[in-house]
Amino acid sequence: MNDSDIVPMALTPQEIRARRSRNVAIALALFAMVALFFAMTIVRMGGAALDRN
Amino acid sequence: MSDAAIDTDGQGAATRIGPVVSVATAGDFFALLKPRVMSLVLFTGLAGLVAAPGVMNPIAAFAALLCIGVGAGASGALNMWYDADIDAIMARTATRPIPSGRVTPREALAFGLVLSAFSVFSLGILVNWLSAGLLAFTIVFYVAVYTMWLKRSTPQNIVIGGLAGAMPPAVGWAAATGSLDIAPLVMVGIIFLWTPPHFWALALYRSADYARAGVPMMPVVAGEAETRRQIVIYTAATVLFSLAPLALGFAGLLYAAVAIAAGAWFLSAAITVARRPGDHKVAMKLFGVSIVYLFALFAAFIAETAIGIAPLVAS
Repeated sequence: MNDSDIVPMALTPQEIRARRSRNVAIALALFAMVALFFAMTIVRMGGAALDRN
Repeated sequence: MSDAAIDTDGQGAATRIGPVVSVATAGDFFALLKPRVMSLVLFTGLAGLVAAPGVMNPIAAFAALLCIGVGAGASGALNMWYDADIDAIMARTATRPIPSGRVTPREALAFGLVLSAFSVFSLGILVNWLSAGLLAFTIVFYVAVYTMWLKRSTPQNIVIGGLAGAMPPAVGWAAATGSLDIAPLVMVGIIFLWTPPHFWALALYRSADYARAGVPMMPVVAGEAETRRQIVIYTAATVLFSLAPLALGFAGLLYAAVAIAAGAWFLSAAITVARRPGDHKVAMKLFGVSIVYLFALFAAFIAETAIGIAPLVAS
Protein backbone atom coordinates (compact mmCIF):
# COMPACT_ATOMS: atom_id res chain seq x y z
CA MET A 1 0.00 0.00 0.00
CA ASN A 2 1.41 3.38 -1.04
CA ASP A 3 1.13 6.52 1.00
CA SER A 4 -1.04 7.89 -1.77
CA ASP A 5 -3.59 5.17 -1.01
CA ILE A 6 -4.15 6.62 2.44
CA VAL A 7 -7.05 9.00 2.53
CA PRO A 8 -7.93 11.21 5.48
CA MET A 9 -10.32 9.62 7.92
CA ALA A 10 -13.77 11.07 7.46
CA LEU A 11 -16.26 10.45 10.23
CA THR A 12 -19.82 9.64 9.36
CA PRO A 13 -22.52 12.00 10.70
CA GLN A 14 -23.54 9.27 13.17
CA GLU A 15 -19.97 8.98 14.48
CA ILE A 16 -19.70 12.76 14.81
CA ARG A 17 -22.97 12.95 16.74
CA ALA A 18 -21.96 10.08 19.02
CA ARG A 19 -18.51 11.60 19.68
CA ARG A 20 -20.02 15.00 20.50
CA SER A 21 -22.51 13.37 22.87
CA ARG A 22 -19.70 11.51 24.67
CA ASN A 23 -17.50 14.63 24.83
CA VAL A 24 -20.27 16.74 26.35
CA ALA A 25 -21.03 14.01 28.93
CA ILE A 26 -17.34 13.71 29.89
CA ALA A 27 -17.01 17.50 30.20
CA LEU A 28 -20.08 17.70 32.44
CA ALA A 29 -18.90 14.77 34.57
CA LEU A 30 -15.43 16.30 35.01
CA PHE A 31 -16.89 19.70 35.88
CA ALA A 32 -19.28 18.11 38.38
CA MET A 33 -16.44 16.16 39.98
CA VAL A 34 -14.23 19.24 40.34
CA ALA A 35 -17.16 21.18 41.82
CA LEU A 36 -17.92 18.35 44.24
CA PHE A 37 -14.31 18.05 45.43
CA PHE A 38 -14.10 21.84 45.81
CA ALA A 39 -17.36 21.97 47.79
CA MET A 40 -16.29 19.10 50.03
CA THR A 41 -12.93 20.76 50.66
CA ILE A 42 -14.74 23.89 51.85
CA VAL A 43 -17.07 21.76 54.01
CA ARG A 44 -14.14 19.98 55.63
CA MET A 45 -12.25 23.21 56.27
CA GLY A 46 -15.38 24.68 57.82
CA GLY A 47 -14.89 28.16 59.27
CA ALA A 48 -11.15 27.89 58.62
CA ALA A 49 -11.83 28.40 54.91
CA LEU A 50 -12.25 32.14 55.58
CA ASP A 51 -9.33 32.40 58.01
CA ARG A 52 -6.62 34.44 56.24
CA ASN A 53 -4.15 34.44 59.16
CA MET B 1 -12.36 2.12 19.92
CA SER B 2 -8.61 2.06 19.47
CA ASP B 3 -8.52 -0.83 17.01
CA ALA B 4 -7.03 0.04 13.63
CA ALA B 5 -9.20 -0.62 10.64
CA ILE B 6 -8.29 -0.69 6.99
CA ASP B 7 -11.18 -1.03 4.61
CA THR B 8 -10.48 -1.77 0.99
CA ASP B 9 -12.73 -1.75 -2.02
CA GLY B 10 -11.53 -5.16 -3.15
CA GLN B 11 -9.13 -3.69 -5.73
CA GLY B 12 -6.40 -3.04 -3.20
CA ALA B 13 -7.18 0.67 -2.98
CA ALA B 14 -7.90 1.96 0.48
CA THR B 15 -11.24 3.61 0.92
CA ARG B 16 -11.02 4.34 4.61
CA ILE B 17 -8.23 4.00 7.11
CA GLY B 18 -7.93 4.92 10.75
CA PRO B 19 -9.17 3.88 14.16
CA VAL B 20 -12.57 2.26 14.48
CA VAL B 21 -14.66 5.09 15.84
CA SER B 22 -17.23 4.33 18.50
CA VAL B 23 -20.85 5.01 17.68
CA ALA B 24 -21.83 4.80 21.34
CA THR B 25 -23.59 7.89 22.65
CA ALA B 26 -23.62 9.15 26.22
CA GLY B 27 -27.11 7.64 26.49
CA ASP B 28 -25.73 4.20 25.62
CA PHE B 29 -23.16 4.47 28.39
CA PHE B 30 -25.86 5.66 30.78
CA ALA B 31 -27.91 2.56 29.87
CA LEU B 32 -24.91 0.44 30.95
CA LEU B 33 -25.44 1.77 34.48
CA LYS B 34 -28.85 0.02 34.76
CA PRO B 35 -30.63 3.24 35.79
CA ARG B 36 -33.75 1.51 37.15
CA VAL B 37 -31.70 -0.72 39.45
CA MET B 38 -29.64 2.32 40.39
CA SER B 39 -32.76 4.21 41.48
CA LEU B 40 -33.65 1.47 43.98
CA VAL B 41 -30.05 1.37 45.21
CA LEU B 42 -30.03 5.14 45.69
CA PHE B 43 -33.34 5.08 47.51
CA THR B 44 -32.34 2.35 49.96
CA GLY B 45 -28.92 3.98 50.40
CA LEU B 46 -30.68 7.26 51.20
CA ALA B 47 -32.83 5.45 53.77
CA GLY B 48 -29.73 4.12 55.54
CA LEU B 49 -28.13 7.55 55.43
CA VAL B 50 -31.21 9.38 56.73
CA ALA B 51 -32.06 6.82 59.42
CA ALA B 52 -28.56 7.06 60.87
CA PRO B 53 -28.19 9.10 64.08
CA GLY B 54 -26.80 12.61 63.85
CA VAL B 55 -26.99 15.20 61.10
CA MET B 56 -24.82 14.80 58.02
CA ASN B 57 -23.66 17.78 56.01
CA PRO B 58 -25.95 17.92 52.95
CA ILE B 59 -23.03 18.24 50.52
CA ALA B 60 -21.32 15.24 52.10
CA ALA B 61 -24.62 13.33 51.95
CA PHE B 62 -25.00 14.23 48.27
CA ALA B 63 -21.42 13.12 47.59
CA ALA B 64 -22.04 9.83 49.39
CA LEU B 65 -25.22 9.12 47.44
CA LEU B 66 -23.55 10.06 44.16
CA CYS B 67 -20.70 7.64 44.86
CA ILE B 68 -23.13 4.87 45.90
CA GLY B 69 -25.15 5.42 42.70
CA VAL B 70 -22.09 5.49 40.46
CA GLY B 71 -20.63 2.42 42.18
CA ALA B 72 -23.90 0.53 41.66
CA GLY B 73 -23.97 1.67 38.04
CA ALA B 74 -20.37 0.59 37.53
CA SER B 75 -21.15 -2.90 38.76
CA GLY B 76 -24.11 -2.95 36.35
CA ALA B 77 -21.76 -2.06 33.48
CA LEU B 78 -19.33 -4.82 34.47
CA ASN B 79 -22.25 -7.24 34.73
CA MET B 80 -23.34 -6.32 31.19
CA TRP B 81 -19.76 -6.72 29.95
CA TYR B 82 -19.47 -10.24 31.39
CA ASP B 83 -23.01 -11.35 30.51
CA ALA B 84 -23.09 -9.98 26.95
CA ASP B 85 -23.20 -13.52 25.53
CA ILE B 86 -26.32 -14.57 27.44
CA ASP B 87 -27.89 -11.11 27.19
CA ALA B 88 -27.85 -11.53 23.40
CA ILE B 89 -29.88 -14.75 23.72
CA MET B 90 -32.61 -13.45 26.05
CA ALA B 91 -35.41 -11.26 24.65
CA ARG B 92 -35.48 -9.05 27.77
CA THR B 93 -31.80 -8.13 27.48
CA ALA B 94 -31.06 -8.44 23.74
CA THR B 95 -31.50 -4.69 23.22
CA ARG B 96 -28.90 -3.77 25.87
CA PRO B 97 -26.00 -1.65 24.57
CA ILE B 98 -23.46 -4.48 24.08
CA PRO B 99 -25.59 -7.21 22.44
CA SER B 100 -27.20 -4.60 20.18
CA GLY B 101 -23.71 -3.53 19.04
CA ARG B 102 -23.90 0.09 20.22
CA VAL B 103 -21.13 -0.34 22.80
CA THR B 104 -18.16 -2.70 22.45
CA PRO B 105 -17.33 -5.07 25.32
CA ARG B 106 -13.98 -3.32 25.80
CA GLU B 107 -15.68 0.05 26.15
CA ALA B 108 -18.09 -1.36 28.74
CA LEU B 109 -15.25 -3.04 30.69
CA ALA B 110 -13.16 0.14 30.76
CA PHE B 111 -16.19 2.23 31.69
CA GLY B 112 -17.14 -0.14 34.53
CA LEU B 113 -13.62 -0.40 35.94
CA VAL B 114 -12.98 3.36 35.82
CA LEU B 115 -16.30 4.21 37.46
CA SER B 116 -15.78 1.50 40.11
CA ALA B 117 -12.40 2.94 41.05
CA PHE B 118 -13.64 6.54 40.97
CA SER B 119 -16.73 5.83 43.08
CA VAL B 120 -14.85 3.88 45.77
CA PHE B 121 -11.89 6.25 46.08
CA SER B 122 -14.08 9.36 45.91
CA LEU B 123 -16.31 7.99 48.69
CA GLY B 124 -13.22 7.21 50.76
CA ILE B 125 -11.60 10.61 50.25
CA LEU B 126 -14.76 12.71 50.49
CA VAL B 127 -16.71 10.84 53.19
CA ASN B 128 -15.02 7.94 54.99
CA TRP B 129 -13.19 4.71 54.26
CA LEU B 130 -15.63 2.34 55.99
CA SER B 131 -18.38 3.28 53.55
CA ALA B 132 -15.86 3.12 50.68
CA GLY B 133 -14.81 -0.37 51.78
CA LEU B 134 -18.44 -1.51 51.94
CA LEU B 135 -19.06 -0.06 48.47
CA ALA B 136 -15.99 -1.89 47.12
CA PHE B 137 -17.25 -5.10 48.73
CA THR B 138 -20.65 -4.56 47.10
CA ILE B 139 -19.14 -4.09 43.64
CA VAL B 140 -16.77 -7.06 43.95
CA PHE B 141 -19.52 -9.29 45.34
CA TYR B 142 -21.93 -8.38 42.55
CA VAL B 143 -19.41 -8.76 39.74
CA ALA B 144 -17.10 -11.57 40.89
CA VAL B 145 -19.32 -13.65 43.19
CA TYR B 146 -22.77 -13.20 41.62
CA THR B 147 -22.11 -12.46 37.94
CA MET B 148 -18.98 -14.51 37.28
CA TRP B 149 -19.60 -17.43 39.64
CA LEU B 150 -23.09 -17.97 41.02
CA LYS B 151 -25.31 -16.79 38.17
CA ARG B 152 -24.35 -19.57 35.79
CA SER B 153 -23.74 -22.30 38.34
CA THR B 154 -26.59 -22.56 40.87
CA PRO B 155 -30.31 -21.82 41.27
CA GLN B 156 -29.33 -20.15 44.56
CA ASN B 157 -27.61 -17.45 42.45
CA ILE B 158 -29.94 -14.61 43.33
CA VAL B 159 -30.40 -15.78 46.93
CA ILE B 160 -26.69 -15.43 47.78
CA GLY B 161 -25.97 -12.79 45.14
CA GLY B 162 -28.80 -10.70 46.54
CA LEU B 163 -26.44 -9.58 49.28
CA ALA B 164 -24.84 -7.16 46.82
CA GLY B 165 -28.15 -5.44 46.11
CA ALA B 166 -29.00 -5.42 49.81
CA MET B 167 -25.89 -3.53 50.93
CA PRO B 168 -26.75 0.12 50.07
CA PRO B 169 -28.47 0.95 53.41
CA ALA B 170 -25.32 -0.22 55.23
CA VAL B 171 -23.14 1.90 52.93
CA GLY B 172 -25.41 4.91 53.51
CA TRP B 173 -25.40 4.42 57.29
CA ALA B 174 -21.61 3.98 57.33
CA ALA B 175 -21.25 7.16 55.24
CA ALA B 176 -23.28 9.10 57.80
CA THR B 177 -21.75 7.68 60.98
CA GLY B 178 -18.42 6.07 60.10
CA SER B 179 -19.66 2.92 61.84
CA LEU B 180 -22.22 0.13 61.55
CA ASP B 181 -25.08 -0.86 63.83
CA ILE B 182 -27.90 -3.38 64.07
CA ALA B 183 -30.37 -1.04 62.30
CA PRO B 184 -28.61 -0.91 58.90
CA LEU B 185 -27.94 -4.64 59.09
CA VAL B 186 -31.68 -5.27 59.59
CA MET B 187 -32.36 -3.07 56.54
CA VAL B 188 -29.85 -5.18 54.60
CA GLY B 189 -31.64 -8.30 55.85
CA ILE B 190 -35.01 -7.05 54.61
CA ILE B 191 -33.68 -6.47 51.07
CA PHE B 192 -31.76 -9.76 51.18
CA LEU B 193 -34.95 -11.73 51.95
CA TRP B 194 -37.00 -9.66 49.48
CA THR B 195 -34.66 -10.36 46.53
CA PRO B 196 -35.56 -14.04 45.81
CA PRO B 197 -39.35 -13.58 45.43
CA HIS B 198 -38.70 -10.41 43.41
CA PHE B 199 -36.41 -12.13 40.89
CA TRP B 200 -38.19 -15.49 40.87
CA ALA B 201 -41.43 -13.69 39.89
CA LEU B 202 -39.55 -12.35 36.86
CA ALA B 203 -37.92 -15.74 36.26
CA LEU B 204 -41.33 -17.46 36.18
CA TYR B 205 -42.39 -15.06 33.44
CA ARG B 206 -39.10 -15.39 31.56
CA SER B 207 -38.22 -19.02 32.32
CA ALA B 208 -38.02 -19.99 28.61
CA ASP B 209 -35.54 -17.16 28.06
CA TYR B 210 -33.36 -18.28 30.98
CA ALA B 211 -33.53 -21.92 29.84
CA ARG B 212 -32.42 -20.97 26.31
CA ALA B 213 -29.51 -18.96 27.71
CA GLY B 214 -28.52 -21.81 30.07
CA VAL B 215 -28.95 -19.74 33.24
CA PRO B 216 -29.96 -22.11 36.07
CA MET B 217 -32.72 -19.98 37.55
CA MET B 218 -35.02 -21.70 40.05
CA PRO B 219 -37.95 -22.31 37.62
CA VAL B 220 -35.54 -23.82 35.06
CA VAL B 221 -33.80 -26.17 37.51
CA ALA B 222 -36.38 -26.97 40.20
CA GLY B 223 -39.55 -26.34 38.23
CA GLU B 224 -42.28 -23.76 38.49
CA ALA B 225 -44.17 -25.47 41.35
CA GLU B 226 -41.12 -25.45 43.63
CA THR B 227 -40.37 -21.85 42.64
CA ARG B 228 -43.90 -20.75 43.54
CA ARG B 229 -43.60 -22.53 46.91
CA GLN B 230 -40.28 -20.83 47.66
CA ILE B 231 -41.68 -17.46 46.58
CA VAL B 232 -44.36 -17.75 49.28
CA ILE B 233 -41.83 -18.87 51.91
CA TYR B 234 -39.39 -16.01 51.18
CA THR B 235 -42.20 -13.45 50.93
CA ALA B 236 -43.59 -14.53 54.32
CA ALA B 237 -40.05 -14.35 55.76
CA THR B 238 -39.58 -10.87 54.31
CA VAL B 239 -42.86 -9.58 55.72
CA LEU B 240 -42.13 -11.08 59.14
CA PHE B 241 -38.58 -9.77 59.19
CA SER B 242 -39.80 -6.32 58.12
CA LEU B 243 -41.37 -6.06 61.59
CA ALA B 244 -37.96 -6.40 63.25
CA PRO B 245 -37.27 -2.62 63.14
CA LEU B 246 -40.36 -2.14 65.33
CA ALA B 247 -39.20 -4.64 67.94
CA LEU B 248 -35.64 -3.34 67.86
CA GLY B 249 -36.78 0.23 68.44
CA PHE B 250 -35.82 2.10 65.30
CA ALA B 251 -39.21 2.38 63.57
CA GLY B 252 -42.47 3.99 64.60
CA LEU B 253 -46.17 4.00 63.90
CA LEU B 254 -45.97 5.07 60.24
CA TYR B 255 -43.48 2.31 59.44
CA ALA B 256 -45.67 -0.19 61.31
CA ALA B 257 -48.71 0.76 59.24
CA VAL B 258 -46.79 0.56 55.95
CA ALA B 259 -45.00 -2.68 56.84
CA ILE B 260 -48.28 -4.39 57.79
CA ALA B 261 -50.44 -3.04 54.94
CA ALA B 262 -47.84 -3.32 52.16
CA GLY B 263 -46.65 -6.64 53.62
CA ALA B 264 -50.18 -8.07 53.45
CA TRP B 265 -50.44 -6.89 49.82
CA PHE B 266 -47.05 -8.41 48.93
CA LEU B 267 -47.90 -11.71 50.63
CA SER B 268 -51.32 -11.93 49.00
CA ALA B 269 -49.73 -11.34 45.56
CA ALA B 270 -47.26 -14.16 46.29
CA ILE B 271 -50.05 -16.51 47.41
CA THR B 272 -51.97 -15.69 44.22
CA VAL B 273 -48.92 -16.75 42.20
CA ALA B 274 -48.77 -20.02 44.16
CA ARG B 275 -52.47 -20.70 43.57
CA ARG B 276 -52.46 -20.08 39.82
CA PRO B 277 -49.93 -22.39 38.18
CA GLY B 278 -49.04 -21.34 34.66
CA ASP B 279 -50.55 -17.86 35.02
CA HIS B 280 -47.49 -15.74 34.30
CA LYS B 281 -49.46 -12.49 34.40
CA VAL B 282 -49.84 -12.82 38.17
CA ALA B 283 -46.10 -13.48 38.38
CA MET B 284 -45.40 -10.19 36.60
CA LYS B 285 -47.89 -8.48 38.90
CA LEU B 286 -45.96 -9.86 41.89
CA PHE B 287 -42.75 -8.48 40.35
CA GLY B 288 -44.32 -5.00 40.22
CA VAL B 289 -45.85 -5.33 43.71
CA SER B 290 -42.47 -6.34 45.15
CA ILE B 291 -40.87 -3.14 43.82
CA VAL B 292 -43.64 -0.92 45.23
CA TYR B 293 -43.42 -2.82 48.54
CA LEU B 294 -39.71 -2.17 48.98
CA PHE B 295 -40.05 1.48 47.95
CA ALA B 296 -42.92 1.92 50.45
CA LEU B 297 -40.98 0.31 53.28
CA PHE B 298 -37.88 2.45 52.78
CA ALA B 299 -39.97 5.57 52.11
CA ALA B 300 -41.47 4.98 55.57
CA PHE B 301 -37.96 4.86 57.11
CA ILE B 302 -37.12 8.17 55.40
CA ALA B 303 -40.46 9.82 56.22
CA GLU B 304 -40.31 8.88 59.90
CA THR B 305 -36.93 10.56 60.28
CA ALA B 306 -38.02 13.59 58.24
CA ILE B 307 -41.24 14.04 60.22
CA GLY B 308 -39.67 13.04 63.52
CA ILE B 309 -41.91 10.08 64.42
CA ALA B 310 -40.62 8.33 67.53
CA PRO B 311 -39.96 4.56 67.57
CA LEU B 312 -42.75 2.42 68.97
CA VAL B 313 -40.36 0.64 71.30
CA ALA B 314 -37.52 2.41 73.09
CA SER B 315 -34.20 1.06 71.83
